[in-house]
Amino acid sequence: MASDTLADAPRADAEISGLDALEIAGRQKTTTRAATIWASTWPKLAALAIAIGAWQAVVWAEIWPPYSLPGPATVGQELLRQASGPQLWEGMATTLRRAALGYVFSVGVGLLLGLAVARSRVLRAAIGSMITALQTMPSIAWFPLAILLFELSEKAIFFVVVLGAAPSIANGVISGVDYVSPLLLRAGRNLGARGLNLYRYVIAPAALPAIVAGLKQGWAFSWRSLMAGELIVVGISQTSLGAQLTYSRELSDAPWLLSTMIVILVVGLVVDAAFGAADRAIRRRWGVLDQAGQ
Amino acid sequence: MTSTTTTPHSATGSVALHGVTKVYGQGEGAVLALDGVSLDVAPGEFVCLVGASGCGKSTLLNLVAGLDRISGGRIELGDGVDPGLMFQESALFPWLTVEGNVEVPLKLRGMPRAARRERVAELLRTVHLADFARKRPHELSGGMRQRVALARTLALDTPVLLMDEPFGALDAMTRDILHDELERIWTERKLTVLFVTHNVREAARLADRIILLSSRPGRIIYSTRVDVPRPRRIDSPEIASIAAEVTDKLRTEVGRHGQ
Repeated sequence: MASDTLADAPRADAEISGLDALEIAGRQKTTTRAATIWASTWPKLAALAIAIGAWQAVVWAEIWPPYSLPGPATVGQELLRQASGPQLWEGMATTLRRAALGYVFSVGVGLLLGLAVARSRVLRAAIGSMITALQTMPSIAWFPLAILLFELSEKAIFFVVVLGAAPSIANGVISGVDYVSPLLLRAGRNLGARGLNLYRYVIAPAALPAIVAGLKQGWAFSWRSLMAGELIVVGISQTSLGAQLTYSRELSDAPWLLSTMIVILVVGLVVDAAFGAADRAIRRRWGVLDQAGQ
Repeated sequence: MTSTTTTPHSATGSVALHGVTKVYGQGEGAVLALDGVSLDVAPGEFVCLVGASGCGKSTLLNLVAGLDRISGGRIELGDGVDPGLMFQESALFPWLTVEGNVEVPLKLRGMPRAARRERVAELLRTVHLADFARKRPHELSGGMRQRVALARTLALDTPVLLMDEPFGALDAMTRDILHDELERIWTERKLTVLFVTHNVREAARLADRIILLSSRPGRIIYSTRVDVPRPRRIDSPEIASIAAEVTDKLRTEVGRHGQ
């Protein structure tokens, strides 16, 4: 009597596909792309409006004279004027070139260092905690030494940017490799992944979210270090964004100063948003993004 | 007697354990997990290992899979046999799709792309998941994930399957259906299965032979054949009476630790 229910193969197939259909029903999201974008955009726009409003309110309160703190309208006009001239774009190009150079080099150093420390117990004992210590060191504190070593040069800026960014990236790699689930490692080894293949097929992809987090933090540090460097190391012929900040202060040109600050803020935000998008894409693939969509 | 390597055995699907011992740690704090476990599993046999917590069931599977070293004794597997291992959690790679997961062992074996695609499709049909090849693990239910894991393990093309409570986290309905599925695949592919569970009914439903392990240290204390004809039902009276018998032995063993 047991056999007449089970020997019936098509019926078993129907049961299994029925169960599958029931279990994964209702897991698909139905919101449109436009709605998703709007939902994440309007709070940002509202926050921007509030910030500009508060700024205008402070200006109207006349706590500072208008030549020290101009209003949003004045700064906006200055920003448009700057955007139509070459100076801003040349400055931005100089700054971004330095950022890219320093960051790419930091990524190389950070990845290699992180991988080496994650793999070797001796290296970890020797320099593992030093990497964390380096990360807590405010990068601007490196500048006096950098200037002694490299004088007021591109090299000094590069040195500090790399010291700011590489430890964060290395730490991201180390924690990524450390927290690879032992279960996935066992599964990978059982499936035949040994040695380098284990890194290629299991460890590297499993550590990717933490590595991206490290890259993002590394960017934030390198951008800050770069700005600090450009404020201090001025006068090496090129008018970077940081140098423009210094010049505008020396000339007491508040609208220029504030519009440059806005440019620096926007560049930082744009790059940060790119990292955020990469991070979300990974988490969506992994299935660890929660239902709220954030 | 302390050979830690697996030596060739005549029949490919067989698993033989001779006085296998496993000790964790050293000196005072050393824990004896397995104490002289000897077991002969014939090719094509379905053996369920049952025991309470701390009986070293999972340890035993890890040793047979070669993921851990034995402290004493010998494990003999067929020539060139690397057993496939399944866990309570599917252990699927979340960054890969269903077909990507099943493809991993084929890639690692160096199988060419065209052959891989064909093989993946065939394996997914075997576990009734052909329509879900492009999904990611998190989009599937627990039972479906375990079927993907089974397909991935089958992709190893190994005659020996080690299963560590693979259906432990599933609801009863899904588990019943997966028992049928596993029984079918086991028959079709003539696999040797070593299946660990704490669910005595599940053991009676699936096994040719049930082995009961004691706790701390793990030793074989009881063994019984299940001669109920297949296909079986977990709720049939024959299965229930065998389960009752094994449960009694298990309770006696658990009670021994209460003194």
